[in-house]
Amino acid sequence: MTDIDPITLAVLAGRMEQIADEMDATLFRAAFNPIIAEAHDASHGLYHAASGDTLVQGKSGLPIFVGVMSFAVKAVINKVAEAGDLADGDIFIFNDAHLGGTHLSDMRLVRPYFRDGQLFCYLASVGHWHDVGGAVPGNYNPAATDAFAEAFVLPPVRLARKGEINQDIIDILMRNTRLPQSAQGDLNGQLGALDLGVRRMDELLDEYGADTVRAALDALGGRAEQLMRAELTDLPDGRWEATDYLDNDGITDAPLPIKVALEIRGDRMVLDFEGTAPRCAGPVNIAYPTAVATAYVAIKHIFPALPANAGVMRPIDVKIPEGSLLSAEFPAPVGGYTETILRMIDVIFSAMAQAAPDRVVANAYGTINALSIAGKRKNGQPWVMFSFYGGGHGGTPEGDGLNHGNAPISTATIPPMEILEAAYPVMFRQWALRPDSAGAGAHRGGLGATYEIEVLEDNGAEAFLFGERGRFAPQGVAGGGASAMNVFSYEQADGWHHPPMASKMRGIKLAQGQAVRLETPGGGGYGAPGTRDPAAVARDVALGFLSPEKATETYGPAWQEIAQ
Amino acid sequence: MSSTMIGVDVGGTFTDVFVLDEATGQARVAKVPTTRPDQSGGFLDGIGQQVSDLSSVAVVVHGTTAGTNALLERKGAKIGVITTEGLRDVLEMRRRDRPRTWGLRGDFLPIVPRDLRLEVPERTLADGTIRTAVDLDAVRNAAQALLDKGCLAVAILFANSYANPENEAKAVAAVREIWPNPHVSASSEILPEIREYERFSTTALNAYLQPEVSGYLNRLENALKGDGFDGEFMIVQSNGGVMAVDTACRLPVRTALSGPAAGVIAAGYIAQTAGFPDVITGDMGGTSFDVSLIAGGQSMLSPQTSIDFGMVVRTPMIEITTIGAGGGSIAWVDKGGLLNIGPESAGSNPGPVAYGLGNTRPTVTDANVVLGRIDPDNPIGGKLERLDVEAASRAIDDHVGGPLGLSTTEAAEAILTVANSRMAGAIRLVSIERGYDPKRFAFMPFGGGGALHTGALIDDVGLARAIVPRYPGVTSAMGCVIADMRQDFVQTINAMVDQLDEGALAAFLQDHVKRGHALLDAARTKFDARDVVVELDMAYLGQTHTVAVPLEVTITDGTVTPPTRAQIAAAFDAAYDATYGRLLKNGVRRVMNLRTAVIGRRPKFDLTTLAPQGGDVEAARKGSRRVHFGKAWHDTAIYDRLALPVGAEIAGPAILEQPDTTVLVDPGLKATVDQYGNTIIERVEA
Repeated sequence: MTDIDPITLAVLAGRMEQIADEMDATLFRAAFNPIIAEAHDASHGLYHAASGDTLVQGKSGLPIFVGVMSFAVKAVINKVAEAGDLADGDIFIFNDAHLGGTHLSDMRLVRPYFRDGQLFCYLASVGHWHDVGGAVPGNYNPAATDAFAEAFVLPPVRLARKGEINQDIIDILMRNTRLPQSAQGDLNGQLGALDLGVRRMDELLDEYGADTVRAALDALGGRAEQLMRAELTDLPDGRWEATDYLDNDGITDAPLPIKVALEIRGDRMVLDFEGTAPRCAGPVNIAYPTAVATAYVAIKHIFPALPANAGVMRPIDVKIPEGSLLSAEFPAPVGGYTETILRMIDVIFSAMAQAAPDRVVANAYGTINALSIAGKRKNGQPWVMFSFYGGGHGGTPEGDGLNHGNAPISTATIPPMEILEAAYPVMFRQWALRPDSAGAGAHRGGLGATYEIEVLEDNGAEAFLFGERGRFAPQGVAGGGASAMNVFSYEQADGWHHPPMASKMRGIKLAQGQAVRLETPGGGGYGAPGTRDPAAVARDVALGFLSPEKATETYGPAWQEIAQ
Repeated sequence: MSSTMIGVDVGGTFTDVFVLDEATGQARVAKVPTTRPDQSGGFLDGIGQQVSDLSSVAVVVHGTTAGTNALLERKGAKIGVITTEGLRDVLEMRRRDRPRTWGLRGDFLPIVPRDLRLEVPERTLADGTIRTAVDLDAVRNAAQALLDKGCLAVAILFANSYANPENEAKAVAAVREIWPNPHVSASSEILPEIREYERFSTTALNAYLQPEVSGYLNRLENALKGDGFDGEFMIVQSNGGVMAVDTACRLPVRTALSGPAAGVIAAGYIAQTAGFPDVITGDMGGTSFDVSLIAGGQSMLSPQTSIDFGMVVRTPMIEITTIGAGGGSIAWVDKGGLLNIGPESAGSNPGPVAYGLGNTRPTVTDANVVLGRIDPDNPIGGKLERLDVEAASRAIDDHVGGPLGLSTTEAAEAILTVANSRMAGAIRLVSIERGYDPKRFAFMPFGGGGALHTGALIDDVGLARAIVPRYPGVTSAMGCVIADMRQDFVQTINAMVDQLDEGALAAFLQDHVKRGHALLDAARTKFDARDVVVELDMAYLGQTHTVAVPLEVTITDGTVTPPTRAQIAAAFDAAYDATYGRLLKNGVRRVMNLRTAVIGRRPKFDLTTLAPQGGDVEAARKGSRRVHFGKAWHDTAIYDRLALPVGAEIAGPAILEQPDTTVLVDPGLKATVDQYGNTIIERVEA
């Protein structure tokens, strides 16, 4: 291995990160569907030629992809290992979540990068396509019991061979989506991002030479590992457990435990999910790659300065029990993977809080609340309003949690209410913070939200919800309290109702003038509520964040004197 | 006839004054310390140093950070909000984002607390239909309640008021009847554009700034008049154009990036005059490096910015990309052994270790000091007697050299290499993201430290050359004198092109043109020309990112000839194809917003008046000192930059010094003084 000086290494680290960032920027600008263009549900990076390990990844893509992309590359490596026919100019495409993680909406493109006739590394691009067939538009089907009910399944196949695009593959793809125009736009954007990555790698290797860049990549992995080991060494040794629950799988109304045992010994850590529920019928299963990637997301939230490369995970052993809903085999449905991985992050935080309370924050609201409202306009034109909704973040060692944030696995922003009202026949009666939703604590959680949406269309509409946290509230840490639970209500002629499965329901019929209401959880509290500054309690009451009754019940009467 | 023009830029540390006598073409500059909290002291002091009789002054143009600082330091006024029932939390909920991707830390405090955001019954739907008429008694009660609580300004924020302002306009009229001052901001007046959070935030921030900024500007204007000034007082906007002071008092949110915008305008003018219409500017301050791109003489405008997390201002502004690599940025080695620069900064106080004000962690400036690139005996700014080179060396040894096994000079070179590489990365990204090859651009440094890094950036990015303006420290003040008068207007249209009401679009455009011309008419400044620039934000149906579509519109004697659907469709196809390289078969074209800029072109002054008169290279030579480049110390000639004559050519290594700037000419480069007094730095041809 070529030795590399620390200055060149620091410069190359920045240059390679920039290549991945530029690939992100290229796709965001060109993508057709707002899930990529606005919510940045995509990612790009450089991956190891032999192992598929993440070498460098862009900073602006979706957090969950940081860990999961290397599995997509490994799937391609396994495929070409059989035939041994990898060539410069090949591009692979697939969406199989059991091989590449996350869910079937994520289309992965993997392209080998050759230098002087030798495989140097892989470049990859993943993006969430708007529709990939299946039973439900947009692919969030709460009643799916296998992958085939969720979307069409594409294993890794060659989209291009030696630089020649195979139009047949594109024709198959476009025949299997409800939104071919959008899909074609996204595909072009992803191909453009890979092209740009190849050009930038050529320039970098021309400038520095392949040996130096390879040495830098090795060194960066080594340093990331060293950084992680140094962080772990700073933490106390021990073993800590935490358990939380999913409400149900959407098919059977029974809670599903997610359990972790976190063990630190010296500079190593084990995350063992033994005790987690077995594979279930509904779509809250996840594939093994997703589970491992989620551990990475949680770790990076706890140690935000860690770089996005595989070296970080070398000192960490993630044990996912076989047969559990965290390693569901094909063709188990995995469309609701977001809910399950949010719960994994919650239990890792809760366990780590026992080891090092100053390093973690309390649980965030813990559900993406995928709500769609659909119908037909007077002229017969169908409409589907689909969005995710926000909630509170957990209290932190430094202060109260953020009101109305995005999910820890995402950086997506919510579409403006006015854009939704302009595009669909709905009106928001409320778009507001939800009082009494924050978990109590020395530093309370952030507040969740209340969204109440009325249907304006004569023909009425149908609503679908895929959510969680309707039966088990987000937890506090270091003595902090739990937040309010997710509450979904819908209006009928005889008044308001709740779904029998708490936060999951299909086909709710709404007449014109009727509404649905989503009251999302806040974040858990940090630290014992009894130690909260009474002035902060009085301020929350004055602002209407906290009712006077709840304030006294939770924090005692001391705030009342200040409020005088 | 009065013929003096004065530009005043008030920055964080210094207030810069640029005085131009149009009759003689003579320019003078002054630099005085900025006074705080009231900046008017330094403002008047700076002018007073160069101009004794204000009655001879025709125009004073001011680039101000008063608005920026009030936003960053959260020192605006106590204000209230009156809004639609059900929506009082929009300002606090933002767009459901978070401050940083990783870590889940950080809170957000809205500028208006929840108990000062009051709801009233009213509702307009997205198509403009009024579903609930506004309850004016409730509006009056809300306004009175806010006054009783001590609010100095109020923002009226109604849902969908961009589509139909009727409810909001009635409420505003009712509030203005009882509100005791002019500080009433309405969302449909400030920004009639779809997207409630962006519109509400911009409007609320306008109200938040109004008492403070209008008070400050009125104080200045009165003080100027008291000293005999009878000319026109104008303010630089974030879009790089100027506006009359009364417009600025009404729309203070448009000054959010006033200071930096003026600098970019001046840089563009200087570079284009010198023959380099493609230029990338780099302003290196204490904590950051601000990059802006000018192509073909045109600076880029971005539609909005966040002043801080959750503080969105949506008004056109000169696009400036900031990275955390300034002179005060701290160099550190992480637990994995990797050298990093920033984002933590020692700023200007305590500043670099060499300042001796208490910081012990090495900064980029410390590396420049240790390598001899900054003269320790004559620190810029004049606050300090001497820089502490030994302390800077020790800090570099302790925090960088030791952990990495490097000597002091090697470690200092390493710090600069990594810092330069980050600055080079920012330059590459701003150009590449817009589809430009950075190699055809010149680099123009301004601000205190930029000219120390030009050689490295030329090398790293492959830039053709650097151009250092004669007075890099007063670029923003000069920009004030150069900038055109400009007003921007926006209106959301939200219609498919094939169903577009051409008459309605033309009526909005006509209104923009009429209001823009009225503002130009009211100005006493003479304009060389008037321009109207029309753009439509357009996209295919289903796409969220819009493309800016320039539209040629015929305007005769102020009357707009309505653009047709066919013209709009063709303009979209051309702009879309230029952006994405392909069109969408069967795509439905949609017009989202109409944007109009009405510009009054102000006369430009002759930059040759800034050029040195006479001079002699040998006489300008002040001596030499040892400076480290690459791997060795070089005996390096030092010149008094302002004493160099036109045409002087200095081979590197050399240092050109002037009171507020040090220009470094690396080995292998040469510096030439052009006919305007700029220093052009290029490679020595082999």
